[in-house]
Amino acid sequence: MLNAADLDTLFLTFRVASLATLLLLLLGTPLAWKLARSRSRWKGVINSVVALPLVLPPTVLGFYLLVLMGPAGVVGKFTLWLGIGTLPFSFGGLVVASVLYSLPFVVQPLQNAFVAMGEAPLEAAATLGAGPLDRFFSVALPLAKPGFLTAGVLGFTHTVGEFGVVLMVGGNIPDKTRVVSVQIYNHVEALEYGQAHWLAGGLLIFSFLVLLLLYNSQQTQTLTQSLK
Amino acid sequence: MTMAPVQSIQARLRLAYDQFDLDVDLNLPASGVTVLFGHSGSGKTTLLRCIAGLERPTQGFLKIGDTLWQDSDSDFFQPTHQRNLAYVFQEANLFPHLSVRGNLDYAVRRLRAKDRVFSLEQAIELLAIGPLLERLPARLSGGERQRVAIARALAASPDVLLMDEPLASLDEQRKQDILPYLTGLHQNLQIPILYVTHSLQEVNQLADHLLVMAAGKALACGPLAETLTRLDGPMALDRQAASVWQGKLISHEAEYHLSHAEFAGGSLSLPYLDMPVGSPVRIRIYARDVSITLQPPEASSILNILPARVLALSEMGQGQTVVQLAVGDEVLLAHITQKSAMLLGVQPGMAVYVQIKGTSIVR
Repeated sequence: MLNAADLDTLFLTFRVASLATLLLLLLGTPLAWKLARSRSRWKGVINSVVALPLVLPPTVLGFYLLVLMGPAGVVGKFTLWLGIGTLPFSFGGLVVASVLYSLPFVVQPLQNAFVAMGEAPLEAAATLGAGPLDRFFSVALPLAKPGFLTAGVLGFTHTVGEFGVVLMVGGNIPDKTRVVSVQIYNHVEALEYGQAHWLAGGLLIFSFLVLLLLYNSQQTQTLTQSLK
Repeated sequence: MTMAPVQSIQARLRLAYDQFDLDVDLNLPASGVTVLFGHSGSGKTTLLRCIAGLERPTQGFLKIGDTLWQDSDSDFFQPTHQRNLAYVFQEANLFPHLSVRGNLDYAVRRLRAKDRVFSLEQAIELLAIGPLLERLPARLSGGERQRVAIARALAASPDVLLMDEPLASLDEQRKQDILPYLTGLHQNLQIPILYVTHSLQEVNQLADHLLVMAAGKALACGPLAETLTRLDGPMALDRQAASVWQGKLISHEAEYHLSHAEFAGGSLSLPYLDMPVGSPVRIRIYARDVSITLQPPEASSILNILPARVLALSEMGQGQTVVQLAVGDEVLLAHITQKSAMLLGVQPGMAVYVQIKGTSIVR
């Protein structure tokens, strides 16, 4: 059965993933909107940067975040100046790293949803007197709803499933940065296979159920389609 | 309370486009239906989109009555949502997440006009969409969708109604279903309608004024009957050239399945029309259905023979001549062979008779 430490990691994981998903949707929406509408030649560059976590080894991302957010890094100096200390090995650092790591999983479905709706409904709204912000909230958001569902679910589950970045940036501090994936690693290291099964199996079933829900809720053929 | 009607639409617009440059200097009437006619790629839709502000012309001066919408000299460009217009797209372009009622309410909640020219109820009634209000757009037929789109446009109480080939995506049957609503609009609306089409049928049926476009330029612009019959215009030389006359029904002759109508050019026998005496009728007379004789024929199977005077003629090539005739106060076109024109000695000013072999009622 799950022990108290396991439950703590589950609770922490849930907190990190929820907060990260919330931030991802808040940041990802305007970014995806800009990318979907922009014809700038910088679009390719931004798209590539956003997609980097898809191809980079998580340790690479984790390493650079560690350097940047550490006391000698640009971000670290800034957070020290703000008086909130440095981010690595803290809950905040974990959330920041998760947001960056899961960014493509949120931005790309949203971007695709915004591109797929086309200009036509927005033009219709404009001719009926809706200004840019009004058009976004009254037409673009409702039409992109399936995209938001995909983005939210993928952002959350991907954050729950991260390991490499967490280990690099968060470390393995109980109650502070020790999430489920790290706890599974700890159990395996200690040859506590029984404990590992409970967590790993739980994660497996959770991920399967969420994806099942996602596929059944919309006619998405493949996830890669929404990630393309 | 009604707002002061728009006086006129001034549009001097230039826009460099892929295949051509749109370059027009227009003064369009501020009432009735002005049809923007041309083949695909002539720039008629681009012109409409420029007027709506959906495209931004590089050089532009656009004034609707007293309201300035664009003046590139002073760097002024009113964005679409601040222009009091409504636009009916080729594909109805309804909001798929809103019911028909939701689509109409969307327009009503964003009214730009201080005074409504049209109530929502009127729009619903005119387009007969009352039974559809609770449906989602996906559950409507193509024709129903387009009717809702037109009602939504009216619900916005625009100063000008822009319509971009609203019938083009519909099959022939649906077109015939919608056309009566469009002619109904024409009779009920005080605001100007700019209507883009490549269909001569729609031109004949709907237009009060005609703007003919090709390669981004305006080839001819003016009242319908005049623009259709101008020999220096592009319409008179077309194989489908026709004159459109507007008149009213004066009697029926049911035993012969005929109706009689009075026009400024004289009275004509028409195929029986199931409409009360006094109804307005609009007919189209193809130039190829009109022949010319010097004497009134003593016996002819053709019922419609009217005295006329030759105004002008012009060679069309391939042995054809187009003759412009004054028939009473109307103008009529005849396509005859060059040889006939020579044998009859057709000259401007000459008194002749025209035989009209066929007419069709367009409205």
